[in-house]
Amino acid sequence: MSPLKISWKSLISKPLSSGLNIMLIAFGTGILTILLLASTQIEDKLNNNSKDIDLVVGAKGSPLQLILSSIYYIDFPTGNIPLKEANELSHNPFVKRATPLALGDNYNGVRIVGTDSNYISLYGLKVQSGKFWSADLEATIGTTVAKEQKLKVGDTFFGAHGLTNNSDVHKAHAYKVVGILAPQGNVTDNLILTNVASVWKMHEPEDEHKPGEAHEEHHESTEISNREITSLLIQYRSPMSVAMFPRMVNQMTSLQSASPAMESTRLFSLIGVGVDTLQWFAVLIMLIAAISVFVNLYNSLKERNYDLAIMRTLGASRTKLFMIVILEGLVLTIVGTLIGVGLGHLALQLIGHYQESSQAKLTGLIFIPAETYLLLAGLGIGIFASIIPALQAYRSNISKILAKN
Amino acid sequence: MISIQSVAHSYQNATQQLSFKDWQINDGEQWLLLGESGSGKTTLLHILTGILKPKQGEVKISDTSIYQLSSKKLDQFRSRNIGIIFQRPHLIKSLTIAENLLLAQSFAQLPENHERIDEVLKSLDIIHKKNAYPKELSQGQLQRVSIARAVINKPALLIADEPTSSLDDKNAAAVLQLLMQQSGLNQATLVVATHDKRVKDAFTHTYDLA
Repeated sequence: MSPLKISWKSLISKPLSSGLNIMLIAFGTGILTILLLASTQIEDKLNNNSKDIDLVVGAKGSPLQLILSSIYYIDFPTGNIPLKEANELSHNPFVKRATPLALGDNYNGVRIVGTDSNYISLYGLKVQSGKFWSADLEATIGTTVAKEQKLKVGDTFFGAHGLTNNSDVHKAHAYKVVGILAPQGNVTDNLILTNVASVWKMHEPEDEHKPGEAHEEHHESTEISNREITSLLIQYRSPMSVAMFPRMVNQMTSLQSASPAMESTRLFSLIGVGVDTLQWFAVLIMLIAAISVFVNLYNSLKERNYDLAIMRTLGASRTKLFMIVILEGLVLTIVGTLIGVGLGHLALQLIGHYQESSQAKLTGLIFIPAETYLLLAGLGIGIFASIIPALQAYRSNISKILAKN
Repeated sequence: MISIQSVAHSYQNATQQLSFKDWQINDGEQWLLLGESGSGKTTLLHILTGILKPKQGEVKISDTSIYQLSSKKLDQFRSRNIGIIFQRPHLIKSLTIAENLLLAQSFAQLPENHERIDEVLKSLDIIHKKNAYPKELSQGQLQRVSIARAVINKPALLIADEPTSSLDDKNAAAVLQLLMQQSGLNQATLVVATHDKRVKDAFTHTYDLA
């Protein structure tokens, strides 16, 4: 009969109040787990995907939209820019590397990106099998795309117009898969890469569209026609460029520039209010849980005073009684915390499962080191809630308690 | 052998001091501790069992002066040498009958001995309730379990505090019978504290507080 077993049996003999306490703690920890995991994953994704990109240049519009479409592939592009102007910027002395992007097509919701070999070095891509795209209509696909669309090297597929659906398929030209990327842990896992010319080819006048067929409004504006691209991903030559180059782009050309770092911060500060509120809410729940555990132990101690005194007469030392009461608090909070962490992961996995965007997909299967802090917090709450009752059990005068009866 | 010598105690906010006359109990004897309520009966019992340190005097059990021991040693000494039966059974509600007895063994830091538990429960005729929880037992059955718990570690001294006061004549006689039988069976010295006149005739030795 170890103290742990005695505590455990005592807890399961009052399933209702133990259950309530565990639920409160699990709920609080669950919310904190979701917040922790989601914000870490989002931040990681944001940082990973914009790692080496200093500036994005595209058509005028919302800078946030430009960043979202060209770096995270989640919003619609702001429009197209003339290749000529883009080329001029690429050769600007401030620019170390400029990667062109031509967007506008998809395959089953996976975006097709027309780009050049700069893209490979920008993201440090490696192929798992096959090779990188070189000729027109050759495509190298991300590892998640290969898995989910069941494509392998040598397969062919038709791109469709737009970014989300398959309604308007370009039947005239088929892409051929020539390579599959090694897992990168960033947005490229979910992309189909090809050259810019292939994307242009799709939209040549002799494509399969019947004359007079109307496109949807926003598709029209994003449609890539010859000698136009969607955006440029810029890497600066020197830190000096930060001050000069964006202003130059915005003032001297019909284009706009947007800094991923600035826009991400802006986006985060918008989401941040909600995250903060939820965080305080979860902390409040944890606090209520701690008080509830305390009240529960304190009350049960009053009832069990005599039990504990009897244990003393049976030879249990003061320390043992202290341990028994502390362990009761700890078992409650640790079980609650573990369930909460589990629930948090499960909930996030479910959220990820029902998420439409494959680029910013959240997963509950990743465990991060910061979660150990949640376990430590659980331990702390357990000790905090049970230390006073445990000290009371330690100090109790058994002769007095026994004489009272 | 158990002896108390010039023991006296006073509670913090009481003016009056309780002093107890010297008492010597030889091994295997069965004693009655007689006194009205308020005469210091419970105080003396608590002093004898090592849970209340008297203001003065010495208590010796099997040649050990128990209040010379450290608090932890005393807890351990009590668990191995003294079995206590209270007026009401007070078993741990969240544990089964067998677990309540296991608890007594493990608190005494003795190995868990299931055969001994069966043996004691059998001799008290409640072996069929072994895996039941205390709330499933009647008051008389619970009292028998509390006797089982007191004798499980074969103590040298068995002390019962008003074991019969809440029972009817028939049950009181039965419990007394069991106490004497168990103290004989386990070769334990028996001290029964009571103000219950029904119990008197069964004992030859009496320590009267009056």
